[in-house]
Amino acid sequence: MNIVVLVKQVPDSGAERTLSASDNTVERGSANNVINEMDEYAIEEALKIKEAHGGEVTVLTMGPASATESIRKALSMGPDKAVHVTDDALHGSCAVATSKVLAAALGTLNADLIVCGAESTDGRVQVMPHMLAERLGIAALTGARKLSVDGSQLTIERQTDEGYEVITASTPAVVSVWDTINEPRYPSFKGIMAAKKKPVQTLGLSDLGIAAGEVGAAGATSAVLEYAKRPPRSAGVKVTDEGSGGEQFVAYLAAEKFV
Amino acid sequence: MAEVLVVVEASQAAGVKKVTLEMLTIARTLGEPSAVVLGGEGAAAQFAEKLAEYGAQKIYAGEGEEVDGYLVAPKATVLAGLVTSVQPAAVLIASTQEGKEIAGRLAVKLDNGLLTDAVDVAADGTATQVVFAGAGIVKSKVTRGLPIVTIRPNSTTPSPQPASPAVEQLTVRASDADKLAKVVERVAEKKGSRPELTEASVVVSGGRGVGNADNFKLVEELADLLGGAVGASRAAVDSGFYPHQFQVGQTGKTVSPQLYVALGISGAIQHRAGMQTSKTIVAVNKDAEAPIFELADYGVVGDLFKVVPQAAEEIRKRK
Repeated sequence: MNIVVLVKQVPDSGAERTLSASDNTVERGSANNVINEMDEYAIEEALKIKEAHGGEVTVLTMGPASATESIRKALSMGPDKAVHVTDDALHGSCAVATSKVLAAALGTLNADLIVCGAESTDGRVQVMPHMLAERLGIAALTGARKLSVDGSQLTIERQTDEGYEVITASTPAVVSVWDTINEPRYPSFKGIMAAKKKPVQTLGLSDLGIAAGEVGAAGATSAVLEYAKRPPRSAGVKVTDEGSGGEQFVAYLAAEKFV
Repeated sequence: MAEVLVVVEASQAAGVKKVTLEMLTIARTLGEPSAVVLGGEGAAAQFAEKLAEYGAQKIYAGEGEEVDGYLVAPKATVLAGLVTSVQPAAVLIASTQEGKEIAGRLAVKLDNGLLTDAVDVAADGTATQVVFAGAGIVKSKVTRGLPIVTIRPNSTTPSPQPASPAVEQLTVRASDADKLAKVVERVAEKKGSRPELTEASVVVSGGRGVGNADNFKLVEELADLLGGAVGASRAAVDSGFYPHQFQVGQTGKTVSPQLYVALGISGAIQHRAGMQTSKTIVAVNKDAEAPIFELADYGVVGDLFKVVPQAAEEIRKRK
């Protein structure tokens, strides 16, 4: 099975994040950039399917030149090769334009199965799998906590608020996964060394037949007008339980009219 | 006034979700709200009364097996057809996983911008979004097409405004491509009758400090006494104490209730990301240095196995 995993480099969600003062795009230059956490589960799932059914795993990333670091990290887990879509004109692309670019790149890869994380930790927009499926005319099985593959038949358990849904489709398809689906492997030393030699193909907009004006800030379908930090919360009252902590706690709730 | 389409978030079991009523309330400031019900046969009739109560001037019904039997795509197709024919001032959709997915497909179909996770929409279509896990606020606008905006639950207080909407049945024409992902089964796992996590006005969450799955009864008891939903930190979910759909945090649900109670949760960034826009935060933790106290309006340093039962008893007394 020819599997493509979408990997996005994002600013570390454990550190302070901000928008760039100059153009209100996500500040990536000064951030500690990492693989989007949910994508590690997507990579693991792809590798497991390859191990069980054979085939090849390709990492697909759209991002600035510095995203190479995350691509090598992804490859160190075990995928065979990578495609890096990079072009200065892509800076500031909205989700709609991003889906156009990724769909074009996927068009060159002939994937049976596209696996991605259910969301990225920077935008948390959650729309990419369905946008890609819409553009490519293939199935989208999203929010999977479990994926099984039987020949060309795919079945997922889609996590919902009330439980789960069982969804089926045939390949080709896009599957997005939550972090409950597996436990991603750590790259081995051998994997890290091997990743350095794995092929990474770079594609620019001209390779994909997309004009610069269709993407980036110029082609964006939405714009951030202003950005402000929310004032940090301040600590309130802290009491130490000396036998009546529970009663004091309820007295506070009562004063705030919750009880 | 132009129509504003509100895509109804509802389920057969739970009825019309609160976020739908919030969207109808917001929609009234943008134009005339029309509710769009996308679901199985008879869904619109089931939800009509509630939608009327909150000001829906019209109800569009896109119903049937073609809509309900496949994942997301047919809903987006029906909605895109409706948008093209009525040319609304805006489309509001719930910022849930499926809501965002519908919005994403709609945006591609119409080559239109979209904004997700909004907490407010101004009359000119400018949306306010909370970003970076509650650390920042942006104001943004769709610059191509009409505003397609997804609204986060608990963004505003729904206010009733009775109307008498007529129900208009939509013709459902799903393409073959819309029917590639088939819904084979819907399984309910939810126990009890607690409010839904993202919509609840009170959330009581347990963390690693709760110790084991059995002890989560304590968290549930307090939640039930406060009429709230139960949440769990990632540490508690990863340890198998509580199911994943109740996880609050960066890789789980984002909640913004009136009251958030954190029991045995240290308050790692991962968790804070999902709850720090809550109005009031209270915490019980035995570690006085736990970061959760940095954002708690009221904190009790103590053993939750002593503090919580005593609190439960005290609430019962006061009732």
